[in-house]
Amino acid sequence: MNEMTKIKVETTLKDWESDQEVRWCPGCGDYAILKAVQRTLPEIGAVPESTVFISGIGCSSRFPYYVESYGFHTIHGRAPAFATGLKLANPELDVWIVTGDGDGLSIGGNHTMHLIRRNLDCQIMLFNNEIYGLTKGQYSPTSRVGTNSPSTPFGSVDRPAQPCAFALGAGARFVARGFDVSKELPNVLKAAHAHKGAAFIEIFQNCIVYNKDVFQDFAAPKGAEDRQLWLQNGEPMLFAKGAKGIALDQEALTLKVVDVVDGDWQAAGVIVHDVTNRSVAHMLVEMRFGEFPMALGVLYDDPRPTFEADVWRQNRAAAEGKKADLQSLLKKGQTWTVSEGGPDL
Amino acid sequence: MATILADTDSAASPRDNSVPEAVVVRFAGDSGDGMQLTGGQFTLSTALSGNDLATFPDFPAEIRAPQGTLFGVSAFQINFGSTEITTAGDQPDVLIAMNPAALKVNAPALKAGGLIIADTGEFTKRNLEKAKYDVSPLEDGSLAKWDLLAFDISALTIEAVKPFGLGNKDALRCKNMWTLGLALWMFDRDRQPIIDGLNAKFKGDKKILADANIAALNAGHAYGETAELAGPLKQQHIEPVPSPAGLYRTVTGAESVSYGLVAGAQLAGLPMFFGGYPITPASAILHNLVKMKEFGVTTFQAEDEIAAICSAIGASYAGHLGVTSSSGPGIALKGEAMGLGIMTELPLVIVNSQRGGPSTGLPTKTEQSDLYQAVYGRNGDAPIPVVAARSPADCFEVAIEACRLAVKYMTPVMLLTDGYIANAAEPWQVPDPAAFAPFPVAFLEEKNGDDVVLPFKRDERGVRPWIKPGTPGLMHRIGGIEKAIDTGNIDYNPAVHQAQTDARKAKIDGIAKDIPDQEVCLGNASGKLVVVGWGSTFGPIHQAVRRARAKGLDVSHIHVRHIWPLPRNLGDLLKGFDNVLVPEMNTGQFKTVLRDQYLVDATPLTKTSGQPFTIAELEAAIGKYFDAIPDNEGGEVPADDTQLPSIEAVNTDGPNAVPAAE
Repeated sequence: MNEMTKIKVETTLKDWESDQEVRWCPGCGDYAILKAVQRTLPEIGAVPESTVFISGIGCSSRFPYYVESYGFHTIHGRAPAFATGLKLANPELDVWIVTGDGDGLSIGGNHTMHLIRRNLDCQIMLFNNEIYGLTKGQYSPTSRVGTNSPSTPFGSVDRPAQPCAFALGAGARFVARGFDVSKELPNVLKAAHAHKGAAFIEIFQNCIVYNKDVFQDFAAPKGAEDRQLWLQNGEPMLFAKGAKGIALDQEALTLKVVDVVDGDWQAAGVIVHDVTNRSVAHMLVEMRFGEFPMALGVLYDDPRPTFEADVWRQNRAAAEGKKADLQSLLKKGQTWTVSEGGPDL
Repeated sequence: MATILADTDSAASPRDNSVPEAVVVRFAGDSGDGMQLTGGQFTLSTALSGNDLATFPDFPAEIRAPQGTLFGVSAFQINFGSTEITTAGDQPDVLIAMNPAALKVNAPALKAGGLIIADTGEFTKRNLEKAKYDVSPLEDGSLAKWDLLAFDISALTIEAVKPFGLGNKDALRCKNMWTLGLALWMFDRDRQPIIDGLNAKFKGDKKILADANIAALNAGHAYGETAELAGPLKQQHIEPVPSPAGLYRTVTGAESVSYGLVAGAQLAGLPMFFGGYPITPASAILHNLVKMKEFGVTTFQAEDEIAAICSAIGASYAGHLGVTSSSGPGIALKGEAMGLGIMTELPLVIVNSQRGGPSTGLPTKTEQSDLYQAVYGRNGDAPIPVVAARSPADCFEVAIEACRLAVKYMTPVMLLTDGYIANAAEPWQVPDPAAFAPFPVAFLEEKNGDDVVLPFKRDERGVRPWIKPGTPGLMHRIGGIEKAIDTGNIDYNPAVHQAQTDARKAKIDGIAKDIPDQEVCLGNASGKLVVVGWGSTFGPIHQAVRRARAKGLDVSHIHVRHIWPLPRNLGDLLKGFDNVLVPEMNTGQFKTVLRDQYLVDATPLTKTSGQPFTIAELEAAIGKYFDAIPDNEGGEVPADDTQLPSIEAVNTDGPNAVPAAE
């Protein structure tokens, strides 16, 4: 979010569609995410000329071409660095970074980490499909152990990175999760946009060609209520239509799933979600799917001053009372004068 | 004492009764002895007395080297004279050695017949062992080919500051001022500016330190007067150099390039964004710019070299003048992003303070071996303008030129300096930034097509408009993928890639029409031999050609600032000479460019020992064209163990700053 978005304008979804033909594979989850974003932008009163989508390289990174705003399709993994220069130069802009699991966590992991730790005001949408799509299906840093791919024909052996745990570890002040076809995704995006600072959103995205249905275990509509925990600030962490909840195992100091009898979640010790509780956020991002439901929605949201605001404040303070007179600056310090007849000593 | 060896080529020994044109003095001591400060103060007094000068700070790469060791020696060389000085001098005439290690490291470089001043107080058994001397060199006759003046500077300093009641350690810290006092006497210098400086530095409860240092300074000076009668010490007065009237100061390349970048941004009417990452010897530019916020400068220390350039491109995209800076290894990391700058046609200035390579190479030594990297070192057909500064002071103008080309042609521009230029100081006539022609930027504010925005519609020079995000109605997308003419939409069509590759090349080639014709900086516009240089070889080439011409040899000097594209008349100019000699601190990179562009028989003279060319080496190379011995021209200048190591390029913030190692 930024100052300029206070001047909200009336737009419709159509206003955010560029004249470019969308070229993802038919059925790709990216289509749904694009629509969710284009649906969200009018709702948050975004201004097209003040909105910039910046991406790296990969399927997801084609995203800026399809949004009728300013857009910069940069180089592999570096979108956060371009965004940093852009936002420092003009903090009025509303910056969205579009990246993927390979772009943002492998080749660009360093920049993702530093952007988050600095707390640049922007939204980082990390499309996680657990695979390299554009280069035709190699396993990625988020692929599960045993993933068969052209580069791992005997199954991958390295353990995957967990994007939200990475973000929180890097110092993120906003961490959220959604998935491509979820109806809740626009709400997650809205919350991210409302957060002043770096807002990290992991969006599970179905790559129908190279990693089809890898998220079906929790994303499939059938039985979703048993496998998805949608977090709401101030609400108890309930799922399975309120029959189950998340509680603190006070002996192990971990989370646990508890049964809720007759809706008495308090008796079951179910935790009320507090988006500013960093300790619980650490446990939520570490919850292993299977034993637990998939935690979705806003996991953590506790703003801090932004990087660009602090830089501008310091720049202004350092410049205060000084004139931008280069010639005077050059003449400062020890100088001497040579007159026509030779040096004046 | 040793016989004086006549050296007609360079400055005379200070022992001569005749007044020399120029003198080279080297202050050497332990890292803790304050030699850089001494050298800096001596430089100031030299500048104030109106001599031309060039300096050569040489400090250890280690931040805190152990005391008394050979690798902990810190030195500062200054060449000053009554004539134009363009190098820090081939060999010192005077060596001031504050301990055995300083003597051991620096004596081999001293000119035969030169003067050694040594502090016997530091020639203890322990210090001799640390310097790996079995016997004191002051006593075994091994210094016979030089004049030696050895006395207990330590004791004399303690005696001089006794009234102030300092502890032994603090008293000895005044040794450098005692030595400076002696040096000021030797060259007939006014002590007052140094005294004023000390009084300004130590105030209030530290005033006693000012008083003690001044007492040491005066004692050293008085020693010169009394010792003159007896020893080899002679006072000399070097006449002021005739310089154009005006206000002068000293400047290092890192300072001058920083000021030039700020001036360039002002002339373009833009705020400036500098994205950098610490690397020797480029960091000093970041240190300088961070102190210039009032000029609309935003500095950003990025997480790596790649983020540094990408953030600068991001800022350029937002309408700032994006600048990044590094040295060879960092420039290599920035290569892909430079390609994006070329592809999206955004302005960017990239400063490369070159050092010895490849890989980590010689981080603190100078070299010119990034020319191929600057001109050719990117994937794809990726031309950018390349400009090179010849001296610390020249960086100012060259930085302005880099900014001008970047914004006028919407392109990344590379500015080449090197470790020597970045750290060396020289007198500089303070320029008037207002005297430079402004090149204000006009952003596109309205649609430039038929009710559409055409971000890649080129003007008659092939330049696209600059459109800032935030401009209503001009929303568009840019990126690194090949793009359609005018609209910039993704387009891989074969004919489109052909056309855009041609357009990008034509735009850069066309810059040749917008740069000055190449001048001959010394000598005739045709003749038997031209020595063609670029970058920091200017000093030694210029002096060597001057001396050769004084001997009547038909030789000229051309020094090229615009490396790419080259000035339009350069080919014809070179073809007017029978021979073209290209001295470079690399294996012959500019030579290749000249051969390729003009089919001229450019002969390389290369030196890759991490040491700058000496004047004598270049004079010898020039002489081979006139010696009637066939086929002995050009070649490789070998490493010379007696030559001073090249400047230790570290990140100081100017000659008046105290370096990290001290």
